[in-house]
Amino acid sequence: MRYFDEFYEPTLAQGIIKAIVAEASSFQVTSGSSYAPMLLPTAVDRQICLMEVCGTHTVAIFKHGIRGLLPASLKLLSGPGCPVCVTPTQDVDAAIWLSRQKDVILTTFGDMMRVPGTMGAGVEGLLPSAASGSRPSASLEKQRAKGADIRVVYSVLDALELAKTNPAKKVVFLGVGFETTSPSIASCIYTANQEGISNFWVYTCHKLIPPAMRALLESGETTIDGFICPGHVSTIIGSLPYNFIAEEFGVPCVISGFEPLDILQSIYMLAKQIKEEKAQVQIQYSRCVKPEGNEKALSMLHEVFEPADSNWRGIGVIPGSGLKIRQKYSRFDASLHFEMPDLSDLSDLSDCICGEILRGVAIPPDCPLFGKVCIPEEPVGACMVSSEGTCAAYYKYSSRAVLSSLENTKRDASSTIVRRRL
Amino acid sequence: MSSDKILLAHGSGGKLTHRLINEVFLEAFKNEMLEELNDSAIFHVDEGKLAYTTDSYVVDPIFFPGGDIGRLAICGTVNDLAMSGAKPLYLSASFIIEEGLSTVDLRKIVRSMSQAANEAGVEIVCGDTKVVARGAADKIFITTSGIGLIPHGIEISPKKIMIGDEIIISGTIGDHGIAILSQREGLEFNLKLLSDVALLNHLVASIIDAAGNEIHALRDPTRGGVATTLNEFAQAANSGIRIYEDRIPVRDEVKGVCELLGFDPLYVANEGKLVVVTSNASEVLSCLKGNSLGINARIIGEVVEQHKGTVSLVTRIGGTRIVDMLTGEQLPRIC
Repeated sequence: MRYFDEFYEPTLAQGIIKAIVAEASSFQVTSGSSYAPMLLPTAVDRQICLMEVCGTHTVAIFKHGIRGLLPASLKLLSGPGCPVCVTPTQDVDAAIWLSRQKDVILTTFGDMMRVPGTMGAGVEGLLPSAASGSRPSASLEKQRAKGADIRVVYSVLDALELAKTNPAKKVVFLGVGFETTSPSIASCIYTANQEGISNFWVYTCHKLIPPAMRALLESGETTIDGFICPGHVSTIIGSLPYNFIAEEFGVPCVISGFEPLDILQSIYMLAKQIKEEKAQVQIQYSRCVKPEGNEKALSMLHEVFEPADSNWRGIGVIPGSGLKIRQKYSRFDASLHFEMPDLSDLSDLSDCICGEILRGVAIPPDCPLFGKVCIPEEPVGACMVSSEGTCAAYYKYSSRAVLSSLENTKRDASSTIVRRRL
Repeated sequence: MSSDKILLAHGSGGKLTHRLINEVFLEAFKNEMLEELNDSAIFHVDEGKLAYTTDSYVVDPIFFPGGDIGRLAICGTVNDLAMSGAKPLYLSASFIIEEGLSTVDLRKIVRSMSQAANEAGVEIVCGDTKVVARGAADKIFITTSGIGLIPHGIEISPKKIMIGDEIIISGTIGDHGIAILSQREGLEFNLKLLSDVALLNHLVASIIDAAGNEIHALRDPTRGGVATTLNEFAQAANSGIRIYEDRIPVRDEVKGVCELLGFDPLYVANEGKLVVVTSNASEVLSCLKGNSLGINARIIGEVVEQHKGTVSLVTRIGGTRIVDMLTGEQLPRIC
């Protein structure tokens, strides 16, 4: 297998789509509107809602035009699986603060550079006004332009290397990511400890996916009939951590790969479970995911980190949904070593509705700022910054005709949100 | 030249500058007009419309698989003239050189330009040289401007695009940008990725001979890739464009690197390809395929009435999506 064309095979794709339509034909659709490809979905009273948790899935679904191939009774919602998007403003501000400290080299993955923070926006320390269209205007990128030593790294090991080659400097790594990324950060801290490195710290913003899925289900804000579970998170954690979703909440889960046939097959598997009124956790991405996950990665994670409560932008604090460095390795914890000021979360101080979008309650066109004030070149919210953010994906793949008619979409969709919440 | 490195003094206008011009530039760009070394080159033109273009070349690295900055500087400007249907005639060449550039490298680049100019049938008739302090430029920047003559009766412009026209690409896409990127990132692959940098003026002349004004628009998709060029066409013509993912030719090596690094070949630069919008696709296609630069030519889509000003793509699995203009980051300094 060359892994180029096999997962795009059109005859197979059409076959799976027919099978999805067959399963979904039994779903009741009380009122319908016709589904035109390329236009963003218009609301129907009750569709079967499948949530793709992971940002990479959101982008893949757009890129291959999957939405337009599905029957009107099936709707895809985007979830909070974009680690950049769910990093609260207080953590961005913490990173900015750290970068300003004497002798600190702040290292980060590239996509955090443009996430808006508030520290140093406009007049020093002042909060931005909540007037429509105004925005916090600080970011790591802007801070770098002001002279802070902030460096983009492709791997945490590059940050450790910087610490070794700059013994007089304090190297802090901004740790953002889900379970796909955190084992490598754990391994790096473990190595730093073994080698006795004393000028390296991690500011941990790592988060865990299953607790966030629990929080979404418990909130009851939006009906989720099935989850397309993240593929690469699951290569680490396996399928067992999702069992509670099927057992406690009766919601089917399928762990999906990222190629078009993977996603279509996963949707088919979910539609079949829903039709048969089953609730199980299934692995579609069997070439990469085992039920027990990656034991080596999990044991390294467990060695260095422990679960802790964590603040998710737009969602709030979710118990046990983040990672904290264990006592044994606490000398690498930036939040303990540096006397950081109290930074409150200012994410809610704008008209940005990233929170509702991350929870699957709204879609980007519902946001008054989307496509007008908030665009990829000048993002207000984190969802527009990250290439895997829901807003960035909608913006990139929406026709200009749709974007220019956003007024109407916003009006109709707002009333839909009210209906769903009742 | 006794110096093995370019010095600031080479740019001062004095003896060293004259030696540089004589021993490096004149030695390579041999022609009567240039050798007069007047402030301006003077020439007659036949009656008709003139095409005039300019471009700067800042590619990094300056020597890359398949070419170098010199060859690129000639091909890029000659191609731009060809895209308006013009026969390229004369080029100017300006150099901004960083102090410390090796003279051997400069000679290589200049010889490469001379060779490309000969192949294109153009002469470099005027130029300029500046040397800046170390760090004020990156090795060498070249600007070329070009003049060409458009044959009587030929008019090629996106405004002529009509619904029903078909869209042809002359070969595989993304080769140049990925060749540069893989060199820069130090990515090593078993297969060699070459830039597609090439002169297109003879190819264009042959399709204009074959189809004349049935060719409505021509462009070489450089920075921003085929996606950006098609968007420019769609907007200029105020029509929709629909292309088919399974018809777009992409080399396996380019596909592989794009997959690995998260790029879309539609947005990656090309330096030896052209996009043709025409009402006589079969004639243009067979003419392209008869030329070594067009053997992989394919019809990839059509101009449609729907979604005016926008480009849509039918995906390999039969879905549809929008292909936007490139926004945000592109690969820096690839041309």
